[in-house]
Amino acid sequence: MFQVRIHGRGGQGVVTAAEMLSIAAFLEGKDAQAFPSFGSERMGAPVVAFCRISEREIRSREPISNPDAIIIQDRTVIEPACAFDGIVDNGFVLINSPADVETNLSNARVKCIGATEIALEQVGRPIPNAVLLGSFAALTGVIKIDSVIKAINTKFSGKIAEKNVKAAQVAYERTLGEM
Amino acid sequence: MLYQLEGSQAVARAIALCRPEVVCAYPITPQTHIVEGVGELVRSGQLGNCQYLNVESEMAAISVAIGSEAAGVRSYTATSSQGLLYMMEAVYNASGLELPIVMTLGNRAIGSPLNIWNDHADAMSARDAGWLMLFAENNQEAADLHIQAFKIAETLRLPVMVCMDGFILTHAYEKVDLPEQSEVDEFLPPYKPEFSLDPENPCAIGAMVSPNDFMEVRYMAHRRQLEACAVIDKIGTEFSAKFKRNTGGLLRTYHTENAETVVVAMGSVLGTIKDTVDDMNQTNGNGKYGVLSLVSYRPFPDNEIREALKNAKRVIVVEKAFALGRGGILAREVELALKGLDIEIVTVIAGLGGRVITKSMLAEVFRQPKGNLVFLGLKEDAIRQEYKTVLNKGGA
Amino acid sequence: MSSLTMGNRFGQHTTVQSSCDRPNTLTSGHRACQGCGEGLAARCAIDVAYTAAKGKIAVVNATGCLEVVSCAFPDNSWNIPWIHSLFGNTAAVASGIAAAFKNKGQADVRVIAQGGDGGTTDIGMGCLSGMFDRNDDVLYICYDNQAYMNTGVQRSSATPALARTATTMPNSQYSGSDPETGKNVPDIAMAHGIPYVAVASIGNLHDLERKVAKAINIRGAKYIQIHCPCPLGWGFPTAETVRIARLALKSGMYPLFEAENGVLVGSTPVEEQIPVEEYLRVQKRFAHLFGKNAQPENIGILQKIANRNIEKYRLGGMSDE
Repeated sequence: MFQVRIHGRGGQGVVTAAEMLSIAAFLEGKDAQAFPSFGSERMGAPVVAFCRISEREIRSREPISNPDAIIIQDRTVIEPACAFDGIVDNGFVLINSPADVETNLSNARVKCIGATEIALEQVGRPIPNAVLLGSFAALTGVIKIDSVIKAINTKFSGKIAEKNVKAAQVAYERTLGEM
Repeated sequence: MLYQLEGSQAVARAIALCRPEVVCAYPITPQTHIVEGVGELVRSGQLGNCQYLNVESEMAAISVAIGSEAAGVRSYTATSSQGLLYMMEAVYNASGLELPIVMTLGNRAIGSPLNIWNDHADAMSARDAGWLMLFAENNQEAADLHIQAFKIAETLRLPVMVCMDGFILTHAYEKVDLPEQSEVDEFLPPYKPEFSLDPENPCAIGAMVSPNDFMEVRYMAHRRQLEACAVIDKIGTEFSAKFKRNTGGLLRTYHTENAETVVVAMGSVLGTIKDTVDDMNQTNGNGKYGVLSLVSYRPFPDNEIREALKNAKRVIVVEKAFALGRGGILAREVELALKGLDIEIVTVIAGLGGRVITKSMLAEVFRQPKGNLVFLGLKEDAIRQEYKTVLNKGGA
Repeated sequence: MSSLTMGNRFGQHTTVQSSCDRPNTLTSGHRACQGCGEGLAARCAIDVAYTAAKGKIAVVNATGCLEVVSCAFPDNSWNIPWIHSLFGNTAAVASGIAAAFKNKGQADVRVIAQGGDGGTTDIGMGCLSGMFDRNDDVLYICYDNQAYMNTGVQRSSATPALARTATTMPNSQYSGSDPETGKNVPDIAMAHGIPYVAVASIGNLHDLERKVAKAINIRGAKYIQIHCPCPLGWGFPTAETVRIARLALKSGMYPLFEAENGVLVGSTPVEEQIPVEEYLRVQKRFAHLFGKNAQPENIGILQKIANRNIEKYRLGGMSDE
C-alpha cells in the first residue's frame, strides 16, 4: 500500500489531484482510493486530500496519518496544516516552490519544483495539480507518466487537457533531470 | 466494466441503468453530486425517456415521486440529513401508499448544531417509516444495491432507501464495476405496477381509515416487512449469481466461524473494521475476531443475525447514531435478536458528525472495551472542563 | 338523480344538476355536510373537467373536508383515478403524475390537483409555487371556504378581514381577523406568469364551468380559485349556500376574473353593486360587526375592500383601450 496526502488551498485542484492520481493507478490495474478532507470547501481555505494505491483491495477509510508521500500544492499551508506530520521514514515530499524550502525533515526525500510557474507558462492558469503529478511520477516511480497523462485526459478535455498534459510532461522531464 | 469513479457518479450511473422515468432533484450536501450526475445523464440523452424535475424542496422531491409512482412509472430521488427530516411526512406516506420509490440517503448528521459530515442519525430517524433500508459498505455495493433496490421495491410494492455514507462514500473515488445495460435489463424488467392512476381503469389510492380497520392495515404493513427478508435475500442471491459479486442481501459474515468476539456494523466503517480485525487476528494468531456486515437494517433480519452470532461470547456493535439518554439503537436491536443467548453486548458509538474512526481507535476498544457503552474518541477532558464551568456558574 | 344537499334548488337558469349525460365523477353518498359549497363546486368542476378531457383525468386531493368526506375506507366517492397523499404536497404530487403521463406519451390525461384554502394558500404554498415555477401541466383548483373547516373553522391566510374563526374569536378588544393580514393567491399565481389564472364562484356555475373547461385545454400550470360558502363555518342556514355566494359577487367581496400569462384578460361585471352589509349580515362569522358593541368603522373597512376589488379587477367592465 502506498499512501499519499496532498495539501493545498481551495481552488488549486487539490481534490482533483488526488482523484487523478487514483485514476492513474487504476489505469495500471491497481486498487486506488481517493477522498477529500470533507468540508464546505471555500476558495483559499486549506484543503487536504488523500490517495491510497495498492495491489490488493483497499478497505480502510481512515484519513492517512502516515503517508508514504506528501504533495504540497501551496507552501503557505505547511506550518498551519502540520503538513509533514506522520511522514514515513524515507518518504517523499514534493513541494510546489521554485526555490528550496527548509523542511527540517532529516529522513525524507524532499523535492521542490516551481509547479505554479510551469502551470502559468504551459496552461496559462495557476493550477499546479497536473504539473505536480508529472513530477510525482518521476520522483516516486509509483505511477507511470503515461498513466498520469491518461488520467488528465479523463478529467479534462480539449485544450485544457492538452495543455495540462504538456505541463505534466515538462515537470516529469525536469524532475527526472534533477534527480 | 470497471471504472474509477466518485461514489456519487457510480450511483448516478447505476440509477440510469435502472431506467427511471421520473427523477426529482433537490440539492443537499453530501447527496448533491448524485442528482447532478443523473441530471447530466438525462440532459445528455444517455438516460433517455426520463423526466428530470428540479423541485423546490425535499418535500416536493418525494411528493413528485409519490405522484409519478402512483401514475405507474419508476421513480427516484435522493436526499440527506435535514432533507430527510423535511420530507418525513411524505416518507411515511409513500410506504403507506405502497409506492415502490427508490431513494438514496447520503448519510449525514442532524443538527443543531449544524454539521454536514457523516453519521447515521438521519437514517435512524426513518427507521419506523415503513421503508426498507439497505446500507452500502463501499461504492461497489452502493451501485449494486440500487439495482437490487428497484427490484426489491417493485416486487414488494414498498419503497427502498439505499443508505451510503456521506462524503466517505459519496465523495470517494474508487473502483466500481458497472454492469452493461443489457445485463441490468435482464435482471430488472420494466415496471408493471399492480395498480396505478389510469383513466381506463380508475382506482382510488389513499383513504381515510377508521379505528375499526387501522390496526389491521398496520398489521399487514408489519407482515410485509417480515416477508421482505426472504425477498431481499432471494434478490441478493440472484444478483450475485448474475453479476458474480457478493453485494446486497441481508448480511455478510467475515471470519465469524470461530470468533469469540464479533463486531457488528453498517456502512463504510466496515472496511476499516475488517482491516483492524485482520491485524488483531494476525497478532493474536488465533482468529478470535469476526465481523458481521449488516446490509438490511429494515427489515431487521433477527433470525439470520442470531444464527450468525450464536457462537460468539461477545458482540461489539459499532454504530454511528444513538438515542439520546438511552445509548445504542442498533445495539438494542441486535440484543433483541440474541435474546436468551449468553452473549455480552457492547455498544460503541463512533464517528458522530464525521469524527474520524481509525484502526488504532477500533483495535483499542475491541481489545478491552471500557464498559458496555463507549463513545469512541470522546474528548473526556473537554467534557470535564465543560462540567466544571457549569458547576462554577451554579448550574447542574 | 339529483342531489338534495348540493343545490338543486336554484331554478332553471342554472347548470343541469341531474342528467344522464353527467359523468358524476363525485357520486352521491359522500359525507359532505348539508348545503356544502365545496361539494357542489367540486362536483361541477371535476364533471366539467372530465367531459372536456373526454374522460382522461387524474385527480390529486389535498387533506381536508373534500378528501375526508369522499374517501372513508372502504368506500370512495370518486369515479375517476384519484389519490390522496398529504395536506401540503398536493401540487407536487400532481407534478409527478403529470411528469409520469408525459413520459408515457399520455399527455392527453389532464391532471388536476384540488384542495381547500388552508391546503393551498398556507401549508401547500411552497409546492404550489414550485409547480407554477416549473409550469407543470397541472390544473390546481382551490376550493376557497376561507378557513380551516375540517379542523373546526380556524383562520387561514384566505380568511377575510374581520371574520370570526375559532382562532380569531372577537371580543371587546378584538374584531376578528386582522384587516392588515391575508394573502391573495390568484395575484401570486399571476405573478408567476403561468398561462391561466381564474377566480370563480358557486354563485355563478356557468362561469365556473367555462373556466374549468378552458383551463383543461391549456398546457402548463393553471390555477382556479372557487368561492365556496360553508354553512357550518360561516354560520348560515344550509339552504342559503348559493345565495350567499351570489351576495359575495354582487357586493364585490369576491371578484371573478381571468388572467393569461400574468395579465388580466377578463372579469365578470358587478352590475348593481349592493352594500357589503347585505352579504355580511346573513353570516354569523360577521355578527360581531353588527351587535350592540359593534364599531361602525369596521363595515367601512370591508366596503373599501369590496370597492377596491371592483376597481382593481375592473368589475365595472373592461375598458376598450
